[in-house]
Amino acid sequence: MIGYVHSVESFGTVDGPGIRMVVFLQGCPMRCLYCHNPDTWDVKKGTPTKASELIERYRKNKAFYSKGGLTVTGGEPLVQLPFLTELFVLAKENGIHTCLDTAAATYLPDNAEQAQLLDRLLEHTDLVMLDIKQIDPDKHRHLTGMDNARVLAFARLLDRKGIPMWIRHTVVEGYTDDPADLTALGEFIGSLRYVKALDVLPYHTMGVGKYKELGTAYPLDGVPPLSKDAAATARDCILAGIRKVRDIPET
Amino acid sequence: MARQYEAWQGFESGTWVEEINVRSFIRHNYTPYDGDEAFLETPTQDTLDLWEQVMELTAKEREAGGVLDMDTKIISTITSHGPGYLDKTKERIVGFQTDKPFKRALQPYGGIRMAEKACADNGYKVDEEVSEFFTVHRKTHNAGVFDAYTPEMRACRSSHIITGLPDAYGRGRIIGDYRRVALYGVDRLIEDKEEQKRTTRSAMYSDVIRDREELSEQIRALHQLKAMAQSYGYDISLPAKDTKEAIQWLYFAYLGAVKEQNGAAMSLGRTSTFLDIYAERDLKNGVYTEKELQEMVDHFIMKLRLVKFARTPEYNALFSGDPQWVTESIGGVAIDGRHLVTKMSFRYLHTLTNLGAAPEPNLTVLWSTRLPENFKRYCAKMSIETSSLQYENDDLMRFTHGDDYAIACCVSSMRIGKEMQFFGARANLTKCLLYAINGGVDEISGKQVGPEFRPITSEYLDYDEVMRKYDAMMQWLAGVYVNTLNIIHYMHDKYCYEKLQMALHDKHVTRWFATGIAGLSVVADSLSAIKYAKVRVIRDENGLAVDYEVEGDFPKFGNDDDRVDEIARDVVHIFMEHVRKNHTYRNGIPTTSILTITSNVVYGKATGSTPDGRKRGEAFAPGANPMHRRDSHGAVASLASVAKLPFIDAQDGISNTFSIIPGALGKDDRIFVGDIEVDCVNGACSTPTLFEGLDSE
Repeated sequence: MIGYVHSVESFGTVDGPGIRMVVFLQGCPMRCLYCHNPDTWDVKKGTPTKASELIERYRKNKAFYSKGGLTVTGGEPLVQLPFLTELFVLAKENGIHTCLDTAAATYLPDNAEQAQLLDRLLEHTDLVMLDIKQIDPDKHRHLTGMDNARVLAFARLLDRKGIPMWIRHTVVEGYTDDPADLTALGEFIGSLRYVKALDVLPYHTMGVGKYKELGTAYPLDGVPPLSKDAAATARDCILAGIRKVRDIPET
Repeated sequence: MARQYEAWQGFESGTWVEEINVRSFIRHNYTPYDGDEAFLETPTQDTLDLWEQVMELTAKEREAGGVLDMDTKIISTITSHGPGYLDKTKERIVGFQTDKPFKRALQPYGGIRMAEKACADNGYKVDEEVSEFFTVHRKTHNAGVFDAYTPEMRACRSSHIITGLPDAYGRGRIIGDYRRVALYGVDRLIEDKEEQKRTTRSAMYSDVIRDREELSEQIRALHQLKAMAQSYGYDISLPAKDTKEAIQWLYFAYLGAVKEQNGAAMSLGRTSTFLDIYAERDLKNGVYTEKELQEMVDHFIMKLRLVKFARTPEYNALFSGDPQWVTESIGGVAIDGRHLVTKMSFRYLHTLTNLGAAPEPNLTVLWSTRLPENFKRYCAKMSIETSSLQYENDDLMRFTHGDDYAIACCVSSMRIGKEMQFFGARANLTKCLLYAINGGVDEISGKQVGPEFRPITSEYLDYDEVMRKYDAMMQWLAGVYVNTLNIIHYMHDKYCYEKLQMALHDKHVTRWFATGIAGLSVVADSLSAIKYAKVRVIRDENGLAVDYEVEGDFPKFGNDDDRVDEIARDVVHIFMEHVRKNHTYRNGIPTTSILTITSNVVYGKATGSTPDGRKRGEAFAPGANPMHRRDSHGAVASLASVAKLPFIDAQDGISNTFSIIPGALGKDDRIFVGDIEVDCVNGACSTPTLFEGLDSE
């Protein structure tokens, strides 16, 4: 099967444990206002690539990845679910640690056909980095153009299946930094048993150049990058929410 | 003959007792350390005071424009200057190159003009009598070389197809086994050298005569070393009795070398684990405390940081700064399987904390996957904090060099006391490709520098034709290059012999005949463009190819793409095969390096436009690096391309310099629950039940 690949980073260090080969798949239905990879939106623009080619590339340099593995991100990798599944099955056959970086943008909770494919994918997935962009449904829709019910449902699905998760959350001033939302997000995370890590990302403006290249206006023009301190404050809010649910004393 | 000294009490004996063999001493006596850095001590008040004094002098030196003081009259020798101190009452380890710190010595044996210019450029003037003496009465290395150069060699030199030749300055890249002085004392070493002299062949062929003369020089140097130490109040004729003496004896030996030679790299060797044997014995016997040991190491490293030479701005431009390359190799694994990390390895690195970060001495960790975990973590931590560590692949080098080698300069490996290197600058293989296209005519000057082969006249370049001509041109270049180096090293031995450093070598020394390559990735990309895209030649009114137009895309070196990586590999191999066809001075074993760290800018400046689209004067990539911005698949792909280059052809080192912003090496602010790495390995997962300590930074 052919997949549409945006690019491959051979030295990924922030997308999962260890040094990883990171495959960026083309295609995403979300239109996040702060998206820094708008060039990955269109699924047809990628380089047609076979799963076996990617695994071969990995194997050639596997000495570098001894404590890492393969991460597939995007775009939204679930857009190319059949290809993604084939890639992960092949990776596991080769003993490669697999990590899926997703915002669950195309997850359909009640679709039996997709559920079958997803079962097979998740059987071959060691870790999911799940991006929860907003806990509030309306704000989520405003921010991404889509509902967040499927995102939260996907998190519960992973939890039912016992798949380790890292939750990622990007904090943007005026969009995702409301303490009430953050606490609510924490409460939701607290209700999941298989969350292994929380990654709070401060919003940055490194994507601006790409919009210029694409000739489109930057939706968050004028919104400043978030400071480290503000990110830490946001993180504490989320942690407070987690504590509320888990009933863990302050340390 | 076997000896017993009081100073050796408590050491396990071995071959080292019978013969000069430091490696044997280490193997029988060292204590591998698997623990962490918790035992390390903070600096003493004396250390802090001395360092403050150094910082003041450094500030003054900077204010003075880079040089605080220069000797313009006294020729530097091992014994030329009386003792110099920062503060005698506070220094545990003593000795400076001249009679005071920060005063640069006058070292004209490499070339009087270079010495004069180094003075003049810094506002000083060499004493007229000295100038006259070294111009009229005493020949220098530089004068000797130019007496013998052929017109072709001079042309290659001025067109920069061969550059950076050590024909006007000290070649360096020799590491004396300075540990020998501490372990055996100078008298025993003199005895050994006398024995070597007594046992040379008796038919006086020129090589035997040279050996005898050199051995006499070496013995004289050892006597001078004793005298120099005496001027500081130490008698180093016998072995060092404790850690303080061992460090002091060893440092005197190194100091003697830098007083005698202003070499392009004056490296220290591999001393930490050797010295640890003394420290362990002293700790056990209650002679010194950890605090005292660290203080000695701090003072020793401080001295190494203050090694200074008189150099010209051009020299500093070529080497980017004013480097001494006081390289010290740390760690590695022994061939019996034990790692060679000791507490002293930690103490050396800890000086970066106690004295602050510094580029010198160039602390180089010989990295192996089998180093102890605690040491690896400590190295990583120190790298993050100070950016002052260099790492090299011990697993690769141990295979050819055993377990008692060290790095000279930045990557040149050699067995200590058994091997030395004839430093060989570099050949500009990019320019050589342009000569192949232009029939030996220099693309910038228009002069016929290379042989007058038929140039390529077609509008588009044909890969097979270019390769055929390139091969022939490389053969020519290798010949001129090696013969130029033959002259240089002959004259250096004759007029600027490293007598003390060679006194700290065995009788039979293996000599590596180093050559070097510049511009490899430009060559690989150019040939790839010719092969996989279309390259149109743009010629000037004289028919000289001066520019190129690339039509279409082509595989570029640095993306783990075999199509071009194999071209790079083949070029290195072909060039080395041509180098090997030549006679080498003193049976030097040819090797090469692909490791311009900084001079790639200078080489690029002197080279015309190339078929890969690089424009005239643009910098080459450093060492074996892919060209800037052409590697589009990340660091692993880039490293994988470079790793395909044949180490067996380039044993003098292959470098791939890359810098990375700290954030790209991973996050430190992610919050983990449990140990995710354990989960990955086992494929299992445990339910996190506790969130305690979750938000610890």
